[in-house]
Amino acid sequence: MTPSLREIDYSVLQQCMHCGMCLPTCPTYDTTRRERNSPRGRIALMRSIADGELQLGKEFAKEMSYCLGCLACQTACPAGVDYARLFETARADIERQGIQDEPSRIFWRTLTLRILFMNPRLLRLAGRVLYFYQKAGFDRAMRRLGLMRLLPGNLRRLEPQTPQVCSRFSHDLIRADESPAGETRHRVALLTGCVQDLAFSSINRDTADVLLANGCAVHTPAWQPCCGSLHAHNGEPEMAAVLARRMIDLLPPEEFDAIITNAGGCGSHLRHYSHLLADDPRYAERAREWDRKVRDIHEWLVAIGPRVPGASPFESETTVTYHESCHLTHGQKIVAQPRVLLRMIPGLRYVELPEASWCCGSAGVYNITQPEQSARMLDRKISHIAGTRALVLATSNPGCHLQIARGLREQGLAVTVEQPVTLLARAYRRETLSA
Amino acid sequence: MIAEFRSAVGPEHVLTSPEDTLPYGFDGTATLRCSPGVVVFPGNTAEVAECVRIAGRYGAPVVTRGSGTGLSGGSVPVKDGVVLCLVRMDAILEVDPRNLTLRAQCGAITLKVDEAAAAHGLFYPPDPGSLKISTIGGNVAENSGGLRGLKYGVTRDYVMALEVVLPDGSIAKLGNGCVKDVAGYSLKDLFIGSEGTLGIVTEVLLKVLPRPAARKTMLATFEDMESAAKAVSAIIAAKIIPCTLEFLDGMTVRCVEEYAGIGLPVDCGALLLMETDGHPAAVEDEAACMVEIVREHGAHEIRTAKDAEEGLKLASARRSAFSALARVRPTTILEDVTVPRSALAEMVAYIAAVAAKHGLMVGTFGHMGDGNLHPTFLTDERNADEMERVHLALEEIVAKTLALGGTITGEHGVGLAKKMWLKRQMGDASYELMKLVKASLDPRGLLNPGKIFD
Repeated sequence: MTPSLREIDYSVLQQCMHCGMCLPTCPTYDTTRRERNSPRGRIALMRSIADGELQLGKEFAKEMSYCLGCLACQTACPAGVDYARLFETARADIERQGIQDEPSRIFWRTLTLRILFMNPRLLRLAGRVLYFYQKAGFDRAMRRLGLMRLLPGNLRRLEPQTPQVCSRFSHDLIRADESPAGETRHRVALLTGCVQDLAFSSINRDTADVLLANGCAVHTPAWQPCCGSLHAHNGEPEMAAVLARRMIDLLPPEEFDAIITNAGGCGSHLRHYSHLLADDPRYAERAREWDRKVRDIHEWLVAIGPRVPGASPFESETTVTYHESCHLTHGQKIVAQPRVLLRMIPGLRYVELPEASWCCGSAGVYNITQPEQSARMLDRKISHIAGTRALVLATSNPGCHLQIARGLREQGLAVTVEQPVTLLARAYRRETLSA
Repeated sequence: MIAEFRSAVGPEHVLTSPEDTLPYGFDGTATLRCSPGVVVFPGNTAEVAECVRIAGRYGAPVVTRGSGTGLSGGSVPVKDGVVLCLVRMDAILEVDPRNLTLRAQCGAITLKVDEAAAAHGLFYPPDPGSLKISTIGGNVAENSGGLRGLKYGVTRDYVMALEVVLPDGSIAKLGNGCVKDVAGYSLKDLFIGSEGTLGIVTEVLLKVLPRPAARKTMLATFEDMESAAKAVSAIIAAKIIPCTLEFLDGMTVRCVEEYAGIGLPVDCGALLLMETDGHPAAVEDEAACMVEIVREHGAHEIRTAKDAEEGLKLASARRSAFSALARVRPTTILEDVTVPRSALAEMVAYIAAVAAKHGLMVGTFGHMGDGNLHPTFLTDERNADEMERVHLALEEIVAKTLALGGTITGEHGVGLAKKMWLKRQMGDASYELMKLVKASLDPRGLLNPGKIFD
């Protein structure tokens, strides 16, 4: 059972000495200039709740939904405040007390968190249904006929943001065990993710290819549980713990040199299983081992010394810029490695994106729960991307990928969004062509 | 009163719910907390004046604040009182390269002020540690210092004129844009550092300088604080005035490194950050002299930043020292006692001895070149016995500071945190004079009551 704000180790709250260094890095404070919309203000509210001076009420719940959870404050904080932990605790408290409960919210949360994301087979089935719905053009037909009005409010907002579901999922593309052509230097497990699997299964294939090209034998189970990051970030730590145990059972950490993830959001959660399972005598030690083995793909490649591709992924020299996923940068502190990989690729001209680490407004389901703030941030991101005149935007989280791709489309910009790993995989593949 | 505020500034700029007002109950000072009843965000000077008049009609105390980064409790509200938050008034109104001046609204962020100056090849030297978020109005109210104080002084040295809302709601212009101006009392100087007790600064005219053509940043490590302090004294005695001579003790270095990860040597007893700026030839010469002096004084490792970027990184590591120390214990209490530079080594040794005597953890860093020290108590406010010892130690440090001819605050202001010591430093006559000034300007005591003195 995770503690509530009243029970949490109080020194985590005290750690914030309200110096204000976090304020300029917080996108919501930047918008409103109100203290409560800043990390310092939110921690003050949490502390007042812990002290029993303030009731945990609707206004607090509203504030915690307004927070993106981008964790830029955590990077900026010299005092080392564990904001992620406070944020997750606060959200769990809010859910436990049912402050925001209303029928439609309960329905959607139950459907997504309790049903779909707890069961990979159902999730893929839902993905399959969605794929045929999109393929048959029902979505366009419904929009033309104005039938979207029949959908409940939040689903209506969600609808245009629904990703194009892939025709084939990761287990159709990646065999459970694949070995490199040459010598096997490392043995790794590959996590396929949920959104990544449904919307970008090809990125998972690219990741496997890049690993193989760098001497890694890759184990990719066909059916993988959700990592639980959605649950942990949305106030359901108990379900997140269940999923963490399933994940450890499926991929015993002692059997691999590394457990590879290619989604910033998942990775950030995956390397904290030991917190989640600290009180579980059967899993605590294995969870620590797990945390040590989880590696973001960029981090892993740079650590083992990536092979420089002998070809370019492009026909002619192409300008590429890079957007940092919050949870890769702030959650996992992986800042340099994706840039190292991009700069290594022949035929690619790398330009730095202004405010590369400023959140794009995707932030899980934030673009659905806080559409206005999300749109503001997306506009800011898109205008910076346009300013670089890059033709490709690289980023490493499916949420950012979808959000930015939609923003570029809406602005009519001919910029494609790719995972750095995809560019690398393409370059390796073209080696044989050019040879 | 709330309704009048709403019609004066617009209803969306008046906050009253506990979730909204509670985060305005503190500044950057540990252990001081008090929630206001209402937070009002005026958008211009006329609205500030109107708010002051409204509060005056109801006899409500008004506390003004910017980003709330102060370190003496200067902007901690009065219970259920009014907070005027001036962050909306953040425009940089004019940069005038012909007169080397810059005009800004009070809520402009200090760093943005310097960036606006930089766009014209100019330079705003005062640089408080919190410059990325502190406001220029707050800097003026607290007469903030910073890392370049040694060569460039404090905020006061750059304020040419102020626009101020007085306690009765009238608007006064103090000072002017002439380099030389000796007409009458220097009222602007009275308001600089008055901590919002005499009036509300709404606009400032600042002096800016040509941006130095070159800058060099170096660091040196020492076995202990005393040898670092002696090296600093030797640099000053050699008649070199670098812009920065900052020091961090071993514990502070380790905390900063944990945060910033820039490869500081963590196994030292003290670290000295040195920066010189100006004409390239002078910079080279001064840097070489300083390296020689610190080497003679037993520096272990001497490092020179290879470029401006690395120099900035080293300086920003120093800026984060105070916050980084918060990693060690739950509560961080920072002091800013300042002594004449010749007494530095003695004061540093005394602080360490007091900490040891009371069994307390103290990290010390600060502006060694200007004698401004930041002994920082790492403690836990929930531990009553330990807090008692902290207060005893503070008393002893303040007594020693005053005995050495020092001051209880070098750059943070008196606020709530240091007012019990002010009279001791000032003496009766000047203390009473201060109270007289306050009483004549704000007879009802409505502006930031209880700050500086009761």
